[in-house]
Amino acid sequence: MSAPLLRVRDLCVSFPARRGRAPVRAVDQVSFDIAPGQTLGLVGESGSGKTTTGRAILQLQAASSGSVQLLGRELTAMSGRDLRAMRRHMQFVLQNPYSSLHPRMTVANTLAEPLAVHRSVPRHAIPERVAELMTLVGMDPAVVNRYPHEFSGGQRQRIVIARALAVNPDFVVCDEPVSALDVRTQAQIVDLLQHLQARLGLSYLFIAHDLAVVRAVAHRVAVMYGGRIVELGNAAQVYENPAHPYTRNLLDAVPVVDPARQRALLAEAAADPDFRGREGEPGPCVFGTDHAATATAHWHDIAPGHGVSCRFWPPGAAPDSR
Amino acid sequence: MTDAPPPLLDVRGLTAAFGRAAPVVRDISFHVAPGEAVGFVGESGSGKSVTARAVLRLAPEGSPLVWGGQILYGGQDLLRLDEHAMRGIRGRRIAMVFQDPMSSLNPVMTVGAQIDDMLMQHMGLSRRAARRRTVDLLGLVGIRDPAMRADDHPHQFSGGMRQRVLIAIAVSCEPDLLIADEPTTALDVTVQAQILRLLMRLRRELGMALMLISHDFGVIAGMVERVHVMQGGEIVETGDVDALFAAPRHPYTRALLDAVPRLDARR
Repeated sequence: MSAPLLRVRDLCVSFPARRGRAPVRAVDQVSFDIAPGQTLGLVGESGSGKTTTGRAILQLQAASSGSVQLLGRELTAMSGRDLRAMRRHMQFVLQNPYSSLHPRMTVANTLAEPLAVHRSVPRHAIPERVAELMTLVGMDPAVVNRYPHEFSGGQRQRIVIARALAVNPDFVVCDEPVSALDVRTQAQIVDLLQHLQARLGLSYLFIAHDLAVVRAVAHRVAVMYGGRIVELGNAAQVYENPAHPYTRNLLDAVPVVDPARQRALLAEAAADPDFRGREGEPGPCVFGTDHAATATAHWHDIAPGHGVSCRFWPPGAAPDSR
Repeated sequence: MTDAPPPLLDVRGLTAAFGRAAPVVRDISFHVAPGEAVGFVGESGSGKSVTARAVLRLAPEGSPLVWGGQILYGGQDLLRLDEHAMRGIRGRRIAMVFQDPMSSLNPVMTVGAQIDDMLMQHMGLSRRAARRRTVDLLGLVGIRDPAMRADDHPHQFSGGMRQRVLIAIAVSCEPDLLIADEPTTALDVTVQAQILRLLMRLRRELGMALMLISHDFGVIAGMVERVHVMQGGEIVETGDVDALFAAPRHPYTRALLDAVPRLDARR
């Protein structure tokens, strides 16, 4: 196996809490690798720490501890010029294409800015590169002098992707890149991201709350809950053989495009499992025990490349009380 | 064909336009029977939200809408009612839940006080009776410790809990028809499933009809009996939900169905 492009080890991010309370561990001991040209899907609910993980990797959020290595270089120890130089290799695409484009900047200026900042191409070559980027994301270069409000949500997201690709990155964090879009536009943007990956050899961290959205893009999938990764495996392992009850819960929540089956699913009187506590606090463990149980659960490798963190693993065994 | 019961809502030739611009909804007709659930599926700009709002004569922010056609409800044409009479319908007989649960609540009032106020105004309840009913309603929509949570402010609720609060407000006057416009679009999938279950249960317990609007066929699938597919301001396909999912006739319907992300999709 080739060396990973991105290597994250024991990453922790804490936020100070109200006086007298312990800090909130938004990201807790997160570890994973992403190979060149591959996608890791990071899935979890609001508040699970997936966005903070993405921000901490990009050094937009300081890590409390742990290591983030991109292309073999440790990012957490870097600052200033060194870090700026590394930013050329890592870019991001956010959820809301309405707020992530400057409303008073034309598309041409939006795409030219990163090129100028990173001096990726000589000034006179910028217009040509901007046109090339537009074509790359399936847009007509003739519209570069328009403003964001003149485009649909899907077109805006294409522009956001073009901006991320302007500096030829190796790695892109896509944070819920399609969840604000219509389903048909979602499918088009997912296709575009896959096409760009095949053509440019990009690696993605693809963050989403919906396992179905990640299905088509991810080579590997990490499921996050309460700041921790509770299951990590190849896509086929996680989707076909989910080991953690929380993963199964996320899979069960995906609507089925079959009225009879979906009616039956909704009719199941199943008391809605409440995985979350009050806002901002980790909820109870999936087994109804307290969160501390999850926090002390050990990592079990259940197949090559597939692991789970669960106090009750293997099923039927006595709970791991360490 | 047997005689169907008279519809609760009978919309005939509805047209809506912003000022003199081209209509955003063009000559659409549909009906909703008492207790029936009807889905409207389409993308941004298809006119589905304008249709939903037209029933309550709610124009999107600050834009004058021109309506044409008829919206018959209980023998009256809602498009011809004066504003005072319309207020008797809106919220009481026909209620609505919107996509964004945060912007629909007042951030500086407790959730309970907002529901109390509405019950006092709409139902003429005393403050004390209103609070009793508020606590009942919060319990009905699955909020734990409703008496205590009534004194919390909206920011103390998660997105899903806020949507439950809005549903509680919507059903507080036991409406005949609930219009839910993308009620789960801003929510996690897990929470979406809970909200859909809640809507199903309330529909059954309160005997309300439901108009469910979404861009996502997955959301509509288990929830409704009939579906209207909207594109460019028109209804392009209508059908019984099982038949329409099994054999969509319009290419646009097929495209929307194919776009729903599935767990069995292979790379």
